[in-house]
Amino acid sequence: MDILYLLIPLSSVLVLGIVGVFAWALHRGQFDDIEREGERILDETQVASVSTPEQSRNV
Amino acid sequence: MAAASSAAVAPPVYHDTAVRLFALAAVLWGVVGMLVGVVIAAQLTWPELNFGIPWLSYGRLRPLHTNAVIFAFGGCVLFATAYHVVQRTGQTKLFAPGLALFTFWGWQLVILLAAITLPLGITSGKEYAELEWPIDLLIAVVWVSFAIVFFGTVGTRKVRHIYVANWFFGAFIIAVALLHIVNSAAMPVSLTKSYSAYAGVQDAMVQWWYGHNAVGFFLTAGFLGMMYYYIPKQAGRPVYSYRLSIVHFWALIFTYMWAGPHHLHYTALPDWAQSIGMIFSLVLLAPSWGGMINGIMTLSGAWHKLRDDPILKFLIVSLSFYGMSTFEGPMMSIKTVNALSHYTDWTVGHVHSGALGWVGLISMGCLYHLIPRMFGRTEMYSRRAIEIHFWIATLGIVLYIAAMWIAGVMQGLMWRAVNPDGTLVYSFVESVKATFPFYVVRLAGGLLYLGGMLLMAWNVVMTVRSGQVRPAPIPAVAMAHA
Repeated sequence: MDILYLLIPLSSVLVLGIVGVFAWALHRGQFDDIEREGERILDETQVASVSTPEQSRNV
Repeated sequence: MAAASSAAVAPPVYHDTAVRLFALAAVLWGVVGMLVGVVIAAQLTWPELNFGIPWLSYGRLRPLHTNAVIFAFGGCVLFATAYHVVQRTGQTKLFAPGLALFTFWGWQLVILLAAITLPLGITSGKEYAELEWPIDLLIAVVWVSFAIVFFGTVGTRKVRHIYVANWFFGAFIIAVALLHIVNSAAMPVSLTKSYSAYAGVQDAMVQWWYGHNAVGFFLTAGFLGMMYYYIPKQAGRPVYSYRLSIVHFWALIFTYMWAGPHHLHYTALPDWAQSIGMIFSLVLLAPSWGGMINGIMTLSGAWHKLRDDPILKFLIVSLSFYGMSTFEGPMMSIKTVNALSHYTDWTVGHVHSGALGWVGLISMGCLYHLIPRMFGRTEMYSRRAIEIHFWIATLGIVLYIAAMWIAGVMQGLMWRAVNPDGTLVYSFVESVKATFPFYVVRLAGGLLYLGGMLLMAWNVVMTVRSGQVRPAPIPAVAMAHA
């Protein structure tokens, strides 16, 4: 099973990378005001949604 | 991020050309891929349908079916939605829109080459990675371009927070690049033939490390990204728990990578590696169900919407199938269960409960939400057709997976039955004969599902014809967020 000498280090590096990205996200405040972020995509609807020209004039 | 310049001459618009092209291509490839699926289901029922023509034989059409539905249909849906979601949630236009168009035409070329080479019998013989090395190189180039466009757009976003859907899309893009490059490493001997860089059980391990993570990242993470954007949008409510969606993401990507060995139970793979695969597969149940519950509970307090809105039916029922197949999968990865289920049609049923139920239904729901908006409309041409599509697709799935469950358990029991003197009770061909009626039912289920897809194609054509392409302005980032 020599292949494990490739796959285990590869997965370990990957996990370290994931930990790094998680730490970055944490320190950059990505998770600070978390529940409000879930609602933001809906706010954007009213303005951003394609359709009517009236809406685009409001922008 | 700087406040967007307010008094611009012309308001900036989203780059949606690639989104439109990918969305329409997805519908086309959905019809083609599912049609090939129906053909091979018929061939399994009546082998005469191979017609003695090598290009149309089951062994060549089967990889054509899997490649068409996974990479052509599923892939186009993922490209379209990733490009759409990353722009809308970041309130910014696509980074390098020319490169995005290149990913479209490059990906179509990959699909075309697959449709030519696979029936010709040109294959590397690796399941879900059958394409030969020149096409693999093209895939790598397209994929790296995809990553540049996607992460470039994330990098130039106007909203500070990266919405959870983008985390799923990002993980999917990186993981698929890694899996593809490692698994496809090969030594070419000619333009159409290569040998894997790995041999024997090593090759099998790499193949299923790839194979299972293709399911985990291509067919799960990316589609979960879609789920976290389109369900809240369609329901008009924020996701049930945004906090849980973050936990879902990190838990899923930490555990997925090591589930692959469960495809190699009772093979030459060392026992301990098989057991690790089984344990990680069982652990996966937790994040999977957390995500499923989170998605479904988004409708908490507004369940009536499910009755009235056929698109929400697609989205929510797809999550039910996600829950079902992510329960069934860990159960089948338990070695004693696997001893019965492996190599039977139960596996095929399990795959299709995930593929038709989860990936298919969520894709259709998202396309029904996305396509009218991409063509200056608020709704699809026919709402009634969506409703009919939902019911015939669901009926088709139920017929398909119920037939395969029964057939699979029956095959497993017949193969393991022994007489008191230790000889086998049944020959293999007897189990094939006993499976015949279930193959007919499966074909009926597949036909229904294909019928639904054809109805969708008609609805999409009518929507596009009665709509018009209108650039969508990017709203200024007005809200005073941190």
